[in-house]
Amino acid sequence: MIEQLRRDCIRHLSPDGTLTETGKEIWNRLDRDRKKNFFQWMTLVRHFDRRMILLQRQGRIGTYAPLEGQEAAQVGSALALQRKDWIFPSYREHGVAMIAGMPLSQILLYWMGRVEGCKAPEGVRIFPPSVPIATQIPHAVGAAWGFKLKKEDGVAVAYFGDGATSEGDFHEACNFAGVFQVPVILFCQNNGYAISVPFSRQSASKTVAEKAKSYDFPGIRVDGNDVLAVYDVMLQAIERARARKGPTLIEAVTYRKGPHTTADDATRYRPQAEVNEWVHQKDPLLRYTRLLKNEGLLTGKEEKEWEQTCKEKLDLAIIEAEKFPPAPPEHLFAHVYGNLPSNERKQRQELVQKRDRV
Amino acid sequence: MKEITMVQAICDGLRLALESDSRVLILGEDVGKNGGVFRATDGLWEKFGDERVIDTPLAESGIVGTSIGLTVNGFRPIAEVQFMGFIYPAVEQIVSHAARLRTRTQGAYPASLVVRIPYGGGIRAPELHCDSTESLFVHVPGLKVVTPSTPREAKGLLLAAVQDPDPVLFLEPMQLYRSIKEEVPEGWFEIPIGQARKVLDGEDITLISWGTMVPVAEKAAREWEKKGVFCDLIDLRSLSPLDEETIIASAKKTGRVVIVHEAPRTLGLGAELTALINEHAFLYLEAPVARVTGYDVPVPMFALEDDFRPDVQRVSESIRQVVSF
Ligand SMILES: Cc1ncc(C[n+]2csc(CCOP(=O)(O)OP(=O)(O)O)c2C)c(N)n1
Repeated sequence: MIEQLRRDCIRHLSPDGTLTETGKEIWNRLDRDRKKNFFQWMTLVRHFDRRMILLQRQGRIGTYAPLEGQEAAQVGSALALQRKDWIFPSYREHGVAMIAGMPLSQILLYWMGRVEGCKAPEGVRIFPPSVPIATQIPHAVGAAWGFKLKKEDGVAVAYFGDGATSEGDFHEACNFAGVFQVPVILFCQNNGYAISVPFSRQSASKTVAEKAKSYDFPGIRVDGNDVLAVYDVMLQAIERARARKGPTLIEAVTYRKGPHTTADDATRYRPQAEVNEWVHQKDPLLRYTRLLKNEGLLTGKEEKEWEQTCKEKLDLAIIEAEKFPPAPPEHLFAHVYGNLPSNERKQRQELVQKRDRV
Repeated sequence: MKEITMVQAICDGLRLALESDSRVLILGEDVGKNGGVFRATDGLWEKFGDERVIDTPLAESGIVGTSIGLTVNGFRPIAEVQFMGFIYPAVEQIVSHAARLRTRTQGAYPASLVVRIPYGGGIRAPELHCDSTESLFVHVPGLKVVTPSTPREAKGLLLAAVQDPDPVLFLEPMQLYRSIKEEVPEGWFEIPIGQARKVLDGEDITLISWGTMVPVAEKAAREWEKKGVFCDLIDLRSLSPLDEETIIASAKKTGRVVIVHEAPRTLGLGAELTALINEHAFLYLEAPVARVTGYDVPVPMFALEDDFRPDVQRVSESIRQVVSF
C-alpha cells in the first residue's frame, strides 16, 4: 500500500472536520477508545505545552522548546507504537515521550535543568532528548538493526525535524537503513522551519519524503495535523517493518505555532499571515475535536471535564517535580563511570569539602 | 566612544569586516534574516544582502568545509557554529583540513578563515549548549584559538582574526555577551593574536585565565587585594599561540601561580600552562602551580552548573593555599 509518493500529501480529515472516503474506512475500523484517545492525548499535550511556557516565564523551568501545533504528528505516530519498540526523540517530542510512558514529572525535571529527567522508567524504551541535531537518527537505525539480528519483530523510530535532514548523520542513517534493510521508521516533523530557516532554504528537494528515493525505501508525505492520517501511515510503516520489509521515511507536514524556543522571537522571520493560517485554519486539535463532536463522541461538557483532568494531572506533576529533592553537588560524579576511578574520587572529595565549608 | 556590550562589539566588528573587504562573507545557521540566535549578526543581512550574509543549511561540516573551499577561490569566510557543543560534526573539516592545508600545499593554499563559536556556561542554557572544549583545538597544530573577555577585546581580536592568514577559531563567551558594557573604539583596530593582556598588576601571585573565567578570577583577586595580597592577573586572550613570554615573566616575578579555567581539568589548557611554567620558571617557584577548573565530568545540565564551574570561592581558596604554601 505504501507507495513512493512525491508531492502529494496524505490527508483523511479535512480542517473543517470532515472525513474523506478513505478517512471513513479508517474511522470505521477504529474502536471508540482509540477515537477518544487521540483527543485526550492531544489535549494533554497542548495543556502541558502551554503550562510549560508559563513555568518558563515564572522562572520555574529553563529555556523550553514548545510544540503547540505538532500534537497530531506526535500523538498519531506514538500511539501506533508498542511497548517493545524503541524511540529516539529530539528535544521537542514531549508528546511522544508521555505516550511512551515517560512520567510528566520526569519531562518537567529535564526542563528544570535536572539530568535525572533524562532517565526513563524501567521498561520504557525511549532515549533522552537528543539536542545535537540529527544525531539520534543513527541510534534508531542501530536499535532497529538489533531487532533484525535477534529476529524479533520490534521497530525503532527516530523523531527529527526538517532541519535535521541537512546533517550528515541523517544521510548516513538513511544509507545504513537501506543497506541493512532494518525495521526503522524515520519520522520527520516538517514544521516548516529550522529556527529561522525555511525548508526551501534547507534543501533543494521540494519535500523531505522524496529523499528516501535515493536510499531505495518508501518516503511518505502526510498531513501532520491530521491525527488519523498520521496514525494510519505510521501503522502501515510499522507493519512493513515488522514484516521485515525494511525502513520507511515519513514526512509529517506540520507547523510550530509558537517560537523555536522560549528564547526565540519568531516574528523576525515568519510572516504573520502564514502563522494565522496555521493557527486558525489548520489546527490539529480543533480539527479532530470537530470530528468527534460531529460523530457524537464528545460533548462540550466532556471536553471541559477532560481539560480539567489534564490541569489536575499537570498540577500534580509540577508539585512532584518541584519537590524532587535537589541533587547535591557531588551528584556531578554519580554516573560518569561504572566505577569511579580514584582520581575522580579525589575530585569528588574536593567538591564535598567545599560544600561543607559553605 | 560608545559603551556597548560584547555582542554589539562583535556585530560592529563583523560589519566593519564586511564593509572593508568585499571578499568577506558571513555564513552559518540563522545568521541572516534572524540576525543570529544571539543577535551577533543583527542587521547585517539587511545591509549586505543574501550573498554576503548567508543562512546555510543546518550542517556544521558543510559550513566549515565549504568555507575552506571558498578561501581558496577568492573569499574570506567568517563562519559561525551556533554553539561549541555543536561543533563536533565540523571537527573533521577543522582538524584534517583547515589546520593542515597550509602544510599540505606547502604554503600555496592556506585556509584563511574565521570560525566564530559561542561557548561556555553560565546562562542556564539547555543541555549540551555549554561546552568549553577549547583544548581539543589548541592541541591541533595549524589552528589559532582566541577568546575575548570584554567588548573591546572582542572587537579588536575579531578584526585581527579576520586579517590573519591562518584559520582562527574565535570563541565567544556567551555569559559575557551582555553582562559587561565598555567603551569600544568606533573604527578599525586590532588586538594582535598571540599577546596576553595584563588585567591587574601584582607582585604576590600570578592568576592566569581567559574568556568566561576572567571576571571570576578578577573578583577573587580584588578580595585578596583587601588583605594585602596582590595578584598579577593575566587574560590569555590567545590560547594558541600562547604568549609564553608574559606567562613566564609573571611566574618568575611572583613565584606562585593559579590557573583558572572552566573546562574539565584533565588535559585542560591548565596542564599545558603548568608544564610551560615548570620548564621555564621552576627554580623561581615558591609553590606548586595550582589549577581551579571544571571537574572531570560531562558538563552538567544547568541545575548543577554552578557547582561544576569554578567560582570566586574556589579561586580564592586556591590563592590562599598557594600563598600559604
Ligand atoms: C548539530 C547542531 N547544530 C545546531 C544546533 C542548534 N539548533 C537547535 S535546534 C535547531 C534547528 C532545528 O530545526 P529542525 O531540525 O527543523 O527541528 P525543529 O527545531 O524545527 O523541531 C538548531 C540549528 C543543534 N542543536 N545541533
